[in-house]
Amino acid sequence: MAMPDGGGGFTAHAEHFADAPAERRAAQLGMWLFLAQELLLFGGLFCAFTMYRYQYADTFRFLAKNHLDWKLGTLNTVVLLVSSFTVAAGVHFARERKSRLTGWAFVASIALAEVFLAIKYVEYSHKLHEGLLPGRYFTHALLAEHPGAPMFFVLYFFITGLHALHVVVGIVLLGWISYRAFRGEFGRRNDTPVELVGMYWHLVDLIWIFVYPTLYLL
Amino acid sequence: MSYLSEGTSVRSWLGTTDHKRIGVMYLATTLLTFLAGGLFAMVLRIELLTPGPGLVDAQLYNRLFTLHGMVMVFLFMVPAIPSVFGNFFLPIMVGAKDVAFPRLNLATYWLFVLGIAVALWGMVHGGADTGWTFYAPYSTTTVTALAPVMLGIFIIGMTSVLTGLNFIVTVHSLRAPGLSWGKLPLFVWALYATSVIQVLATPVIGILVLAVFAEVMFGFGLFDPARGGDPILFQHLFWFYSHPVVYLMVLPAFGIVSEVVATFCRRQVFGYKLVAGSTVGIAAVGFFVWGHHMFVSGQSTFDAGIFGALSMLVGVFTAIKVFNWVMTLYKGAVHMTVPFAYACAFLYFLIFGGMTGISLAVVSLDVHWHDTYYVVAHFHFVMVGTVLMAFMAALHYWFPKMFGRMYNESAGYMALVFLFIGFNGTFMPQFMLGNMGMPRRYFQYEEMFRNLNVFSSAGAALLGVGFAIVALYLAIALLNGARATSSPWHSRGYEWRTSSPPPVHNFDGPVVRLNEPHDYHQEDDEEEVARGHA
Amino acid sequence: MLGLPGQASTFAERIDTLNYAIFTVTVLTFAAVCTTMVVFYLRYRRRSERQVTERWHPPMELELAFIGGPLVLFMAWFFIGYRDFVWLHDPPASALDIYVTGKKWMWKYSYPEGPNAVDTLRVPLGRPVRLLITSRDVIHSFYLPAMRVKQDAIPGRYTETWFQATKAGEYPVNCAEYCGLNHSTMIGRIVVMEPADYEDWVTRARAATYAARSDSPGPQPTLAKQGERLALEKGCGRCHTVDGTSHLGPTWRGMYRGEVKLVNGKTIIADEAYLTRSMMDPMADVVAGYAPTMPSFQGQLTAAEVAALLEYIKSLAGGRAL
Repeated sequence: MAMPDGGGGFTAHAEHFADAPAERRAAQLGMWLFLAQELLLFGGLFCAFTMYRYQYADTFRFLAKNHLDWKLGTLNTVVLLVSSFTVAAGVHFARERKSRLTGWAFVASIALAEVFLAIKYVEYSHKLHEGLLPGRYFTHALLAEHPGAPMFFVLYFFITGLHALHVVVGIVLLGWISYRAFRGEFGRRNDTPVELVGMYWHLVDLIWIFVYPTLYLL
Repeated sequence: MSYLSEGTSVRSWLGTTDHKRIGVMYLATTLLTFLAGGLFAMVLRIELLTPGPGLVDAQLYNRLFTLHGMVMVFLFMVPAIPSVFGNFFLPIMVGAKDVAFPRLNLATYWLFVLGIAVALWGMVHGGADTGWTFYAPYSTTTVTALAPVMLGIFIIGMTSVLTGLNFIVTVHSLRAPGLSWGKLPLFVWALYATSVIQVLATPVIGILVLAVFAEVMFGFGLFDPARGGDPILFQHLFWFYSHPVVYLMVLPAFGIVSEVVATFCRRQVFGYKLVAGSTVGIAAVGFFVWGHHMFVSGQSTFDAGIFGALSMLVGVFTAIKVFNWVMTLYKGAVHMTVPFAYACAFLYFLIFGGMTGISLAVVSLDVHWHDTYYVVAHFHFVMVGTVLMAFMAALHYWFPKMFGRMYNESAGYMALVFLFIGFNGTFMPQFMLGNMGMPRRYFQYEEMFRNLNVFSSAGAALLGVGFAIVALYLAIALLNGARATSSPWHSRGYEWRTSSPPPVHNFDGPVVRLNEPHDYHQEDDEEEVARGHA
Repeated sequence: MLGLPGQASTFAERIDTLNYAIFTVTVLTFAAVCTTMVVFYLRYRRRSERQVTERWHPPMELELAFIGGPLVLFMAWFFIGYRDFVWLHDPPASALDIYVTGKKWMWKYSYPEGPNAVDTLRVPLGRPVRLLITSRDVIHSFYLPAMRVKQDAIPGRYTETWFQATKAGEYPVNCAEYCGLNHSTMIGRIVVMEPADYEDWVTRARAATYAARSDSPGPQPTLAKQGERLALEKGCGRCHTVDGTSHLGPTWRGMYRGEVKLVNGKTIIADEAYLTRSMMDPMADVVAGYAPTMPSFQGQLTAAEVAALLEYIKSLAGGRAL
């Protein structure tokens, strides 16, 4: 329901909210709650990792050092950080009602996200080649000497895989916002969807900031 | 125009974003899942009439108790009160026109239906036989296919999170002018605390079912000692959710009882701040007691001490509530009705259910009772005896508001008598069975347990009769009951200040809340009386 | 009373009283609440449909009583129970060790003196018995209702509990953790025997088991003797000596329950759990001064064989005869 606000644009908000700012705050709170539960979702996995890291300390350290490519991991971290920056730029442009610029910023983020996934693909195919796969597909000779080796890769694939799934969902969302941005939808005071998707993307980045040191560096 | 009559096509119902219609759809769905869970229980109790094999074989029995548990916990108990009565009444009680995200609300409902379909298909087709707790490594090595069940539970878990999210934002963002936190109805406090648990605890079972799914499908081995995994990790992750989940079930029930007691004693609940505070307290402390399900799993005495002591705290919070509800009758104007009778039955069950919970938290005693029928009796007392009784109280209390009709009070009392006697008959003997040492999930049992099992099954039959009676007179009332006024109980709760059933946007005019709910210490506003709102 | 089976252990005697006490308080609470509600209902019945009620704020003392009363009572019960729980987890040093293995769907027992048994556990009256429990497949739970004792049997690790039987007789053994198809028939017996009868049985059982074995002459080897033979078969002697000299691995003489310094600087006690872990995951806690070269025996030793090796290592502590 659109209502004139007496100023330059107009303020549209759903009927059951008192006004547009109230609706915006509600949307933000909703997204914060969604992000909170995402943290707990990954939290369970980090818990499991911590436990097994303690139990198989030497094996995990050995594997992280010798069988995970820290260079690729670092590259991925940088890629995601830059993509978060471009997303933040997009949100800024939307607030300034520069819809097309928002679109370009988000397209840049999508490109970077795809670079992230490509690097991940390289890492995964390397593991496939060496037989360092989770569960019953583990065929590397390490098993005989290090009982904790399969477990490391179970956790590696589970955590990075779940994260990658969130990246894919993020790409879809970024694409949706870009599409709307190029149609000029964010030229008025309607940048809430941009902000919400931005928040989601920052969470995806944040989770990787924890995943990277936990898996690669510790 | 009431919400029921605005649009009567199937499409207007299935595609509605009206929280009231969504609540009614949840009611229909959860009544069906309750029926399914109840039927499985009936078969179990028939089988347990005889010590040896009877109606079914061991494999089918094991699948049936798994079905009963999973359907009752995930498909009924978790969604029932919040998704039915929470959806219907939360916006009205805070003076809003709808929940914060109505389209998300609708999507959540359909996601729920999808989850039920996937989970049920998995349970029936694949034949999950792990018990509702699906402990690894049995669950990851059993021949029955658990994978689709895990997916179904994941989907249902998502709906729990989304409902909780919607409610929290509603309470924060959509309160009417003048409605401060200190004036919130106790049912709203209960729903808020429940929603926080839903958002924070559910993801942990979410990751666990994904892990079990991966273990079953790809042999991940997170919990399998043969692959270097740890079965106790499973238990920690499982109970980290599954303990708070019982508070998720019981807190809304507490909220309902507060509303019902306030109305029928014509007094706000005795220590409003204490009751609200203890609700939040139970939700908070409830996150830190999960280890009391693991006292005999090789846990250290230190851990057992922490978990046991904190469990006692939850008991203290609950005792506070019981005393406050009882004291609400003091200097009140008490009126016996069917909902109030259900609230009284609730109190009876809470005393025994709660005190046996305290007994179980006494670590030395739990060693004998763990995984016996004592535990089964305890949780049925609190889950069926309190939560289900509160659900029935809510159904009878709010039936006039939701559907604009009155039901037959005598039939109501009659059904309650069947339910009360039936429930006691079913579950009181099970405390003794536990004491005698009968473990749970037993398809066959020793001769010495026979008499009590027969008694228990007889009680279950009475329970079934009671529910059938309720279904009958409520169905009749729906079609043919006397028209209800806006406030047939003369309640001053916020939801009674609009017509029965409410209009589409809940209220006829702007809503401003100045008085506390249930403030019976002044005469009714004549204008309100004239409008039938008092 | 209340359906509890007759007390057959010292633990049962400790805890049953608390059970009755809590039950009594529960019933009294119910009676009090019921009476109060009936009295209030009769006294404060409504007189008209829209009756006004007076505001009444509860005095602070009443509220504190409602909070303090249950708090004190519940915590008192907790501490009494906790004290007994700690007692249950502190087996006396003189306890007789018996290894229990749960597997679908039976219980197997191994005695240090040699005999193995299935389903029927025999213990002497009046002597503390420590059970070292594990599982071959899924989680089971070893439950002695008459002793009020229960402990989960978890694959991949040992759990322990102990009891001292106070009454001779036969009592049920149940599995208390759902384990599949025949969970409800995984039932055994525990037979508490007079000490003299128990010794008789041990001797006879050893001889009988010997008669059923096709190899070695002489009486049935004790569990420790079996461990000695296994150590030879599996090649433990290549790295571990039994006479105190250090070799590629630490010596087994005096190792059990000794203090061990690890490469990471921590000092631990070499108990059953540590020894088992060292066999399964030797990289986990390497003893200081030794290279991490021990191979893993995961999947190569049955639970009974691990038990036998443990008993052998324990026998080299100096306190137990072979």
